[in-house]
Amino acid sequence: MGKEIFMPDEELDLSVNLGGIIMKNPVAVASGTFGYGGEYEGFIDIADIGAVIVKGTTLEPRCGNLPPRIFETPSGMLNAIGLENPGVGIFLQEYLPRLRDQGVTVIANIAGNTIEEYARMAAMLEGNRGIAGMEMNISCPNVKEGGLQFGVDPDMVYKVVKAVKEETSIPVMPKLSPNVSDITAIAQAAEAGGAAALSMINTLMGMAVDVERRKPVLGNIFGGLSGPAIKPVALRMIYQVYKAVKLPILGGGGIMNYIDALEFIMVGASAVSVGTGNFVNPCLARDLVWDLKKYCIANNIKSIEEIRGAAVQ
Amino acid sequence: MPFIENGLVLRHIEVSRDMYELEFIAPAIAPDCRPGQFVHIRSGLDNNPLLRRPLSLYDVDKKLGSITLLYKVVGKGTNLLTRIRPKEYVDAMGPLGRGFSLLPPRKTALLVGGGVGIAPLVYLARVLQQQGCKVKVIHGVESRRELVALGKLREIGVEFLPSTMDGSAGYKGLVTDLLLKKVNPADIDFVYCCGPEKMMARVSEIARENGIAGEVSLEEYMACGVGACLGCARKLKSSDAQYKKICKDGPVFGMEEIEF
Ligand SMILES: Cc1cc2nc3c(=O)[nH]c(=O)nc-3n(C[C@H](O)[C@H](O)[C@H](O)COP(=O)(O)OP(=O)(O)OC[C@H]3O[C@@H](n4cnc5c(N)ncnc54)[C@H](O)[C@@H]3O)c2cc1C
Ligand SMILES: Cc1cc2nc3c(=O)[nH]c(=O)nc-3n(C[C@H](O)[C@H](O)[C@H](O)COP(=O)(O)O)c2cc1C
Ligand code: FES
Repeated sequence: MGKEIFMPDEELDLSVNLGGIIMKNPVAVASGTFGYGGEYEGFIDIADIGAVIVKGTTLEPRCGNLPPRIFETPSGMLNAIGLENPGVGIFLQEYLPRLRDQGVTVIANIAGNTIEEYARMAAMLEGNRGIAGMEMNISCPNVKEGGLQFGVDPDMVYKVVKAVKEETSIPVMPKLSPNVSDITAIAQAAEAGGAAALSMINTLMGMAVDVERRKPVLGNIFGGLSGPAIKPVALRMIYQVYKAVKLPILGGGGIMNYIDALEFIMVGASAVSVGTGNFVNPCLARDLVWDLKKYCIANNIKSIEEIRGAAVQ
Repeated sequence: MPFIENGLVLRHIEVSRDMYELEFIAPAIAPDCRPGQFVHIRSGLDNNPLLRRPLSLYDVDKKLGSITLLYKVVGKGTNLLTRIRPKEYVDAMGPLGRGFSLLPPRKTALLVGGGVGIAPLVYLARVLQQQGCKVKVIHGVESRRELVALGKLREIGVEFLPSTMDGSAGYKGLVTDLLLKKVNPADIDFVYCCGPEKMMARVSEIARENGIAGEVSLEEYMACGVGACLGCARKLKSSDAQYKKICKDGPVFGMEEIEF
C-alpha cells in the first residue's frame, strides 16, 4: 500500500548461507512471533520469507503462563507466554508437513529443562525432511525450571550445544540470552560446542507494575522485553560477538524497517530476524527484502556480504 | 479472509465526550465482515504506542465498502487515533476473530450492552434485523450523553431501552436491574452481551437461571490479533488446562464457557 511501482532487480541474489542454513533472502521471522506460519496466511506468502522460525517447542506439551501475558511498554512490549506449545511430537506430525508442502524454509526452535531433554528433542527432529535449522532457545526467561541457567553459564552452554550437536546433522543455532554480563564468553562456548550459527538476541528480562492494583502487571511477574526498545542492546551485543567468534549471526531485536536491518548487518549479522515488528506489520519480512533490494541497487551493492560488519572497528 | 489496508477516512467525529465515531473506506476488509469481529488498528506510525489496538465493528456498509468504529479514549493509542482527520488514512487489519453466531429468522434476541461495549451489538442488531429476527437492545451507561448509539439503533429500527446510573435517561440504575424488571425472559430466545466483565458475569447468570443461552464478547490485551503470539489467553470451563486465544477463538464465546 502506498508503495511506488518499482521492480527490484530479479537478478540480485540476496540468498545467504547461515552456517549451512540456506535462506532465499536474509530475513527470518523470529520464534514465538509467527506461530507455526499459518496464522499469517493471507497477509504474506510465507514461502517468500527467508526462514520461518516456529514457536518454541518442548518435549511435552505446555499450557503456558497465567494471563495477563503481554503488556505494552514504551517502544516495546513485555511477554511471558511461558512456552505454550503442543510438544515436539505434534509439531512434527501436524505442523511440519504442512509447512514443508508449502515450500517454507523452516527453522525449528527447541527448549528443554535438562541437557537430556534438548538431546532427545534433537534426536526426534533429526531425519525429518524440511527442517533447515535448529534454533536452541537457551535463553527463555519465562520458564522457572530451565531457561535462564543454560544461557548464562558458558560451561552449560558448551555442554548443551555439544549434546544437541551429537544427535543431529541439522545445523544447530543457539539463541543467546542478553541477560548476561559477558556475551562473548557465551558465544565462544557455543562455538566450541559445535554451533553452526548464533541467533541473537532473545528478550531482556523486565517487568511492569499496575499502580492501581499495587501488583505486577504480568501473571508471571517478570517477562521478556522486545521491540525497538531493545535494539541498541542487541546491536552492541552482536558487535561484540562478531569480533569474538567466527560463526555467522542471525541478528534481531526491535527491527521495524530496512534501516534497522542494515544496522544489524553492519555490526556483523549475516541475516536478520523480525519478531515484535510482525505484530505491527504482518508483511514486514516481505517489505524488508524489497527495501533491502532497492537499497542494494541504489548503492550498487551486489551482495549483503559487501556491507556485513562495515561498522565494526 | 483478513486483509491489511489503508482506509480513507470519511467521517471522524466526537459523538460524546471522549467517544468517537470513525468511518473509513475498506473495500478489501468490509465484504467479509461479520458482527462481533474486530479490526486491528494502528494509531500512529511512530513506535510509541507500538502495537495495534483492537476495535469492534460498530457498523459496516457493504454496498459502500465502509467500516465504522466507535471508540472511547482511554490511553495513548486511542488518544492518538483521535488526530486522524477525514481524507487521511487509517491502517486497519481485519476482519479478525470469531463473531457472534446468528439466530435464525423470527427468533427474538436480547442484546445487552454496557458503556462502549454497545459497539459490536449495533452491527449485530443490524444484521439480525435484516435477516428477520426480533431484536431488543438494552444499554447501560453512566449518563444520558453516553447513549451514543441511539441514532443508529433508531435507524435500524429495533426496540431500545436505556439505563443510566444518574437517571438522566431511561431506567435509573444498573442495566442488569433493568433487565430483571423490564424484560420478560419468556420472550427471549438468545442473549448477546458486551461490556464490563462484572456486567457480563451477571447477565450470564440471569440468562442461565432462566434457561436462555447466550454469547459474550471478551477483551484482553492483544499483540498480533491473529493467534500467533499466544498473548491473549483465557481459560474456558471446557478446555481443562488449555488456554483459548481471545483474538482467534473469540472474542465471542458461549456464556456457559466463561468462568467470570
Ligand atoms: C476484541 C476487542 C474489541 C474491542 N472493541 C472496542 C470498541 O469497539 N471500542 C472501544 O472503545 N474499545 C474497544 N476495545 C478496547 C480497546 O481495544 C482498548 O480500549 C484500547 O486498546 C486501549 O488503547 P489505548 O492505547 O488508548 O490505551 P492504553 O494506554 O493501552 O491503556 C489505557 C487503559 O486501558 C486498559 N486497557 C487497554 N487495553 C485493554 C484491553 N484490551 N482490555 C482491557 N483493558 C485494557 C489499560 O489497562 C489502561 O488502564 C476492544 C478490545 C478488544 C479486545
Ligand atoms: C510474544 C513473544 C513470544 C516469544 N516466544 C519465543 C519462543 O517461544 N522462543 C524463543 O526462542 N523466542 C521467543 N521470543 C523472542 C523472539 O523470538 C525475539 O528473539 C525477541 O522478541 C526479540 O526480537 P524482536 O524485538 O524483533 O521481537 C518471543 C517473543 C515474543 C514477543
Ligand atoms: S493477540 Fe496474539 S494470540 Fe491473540
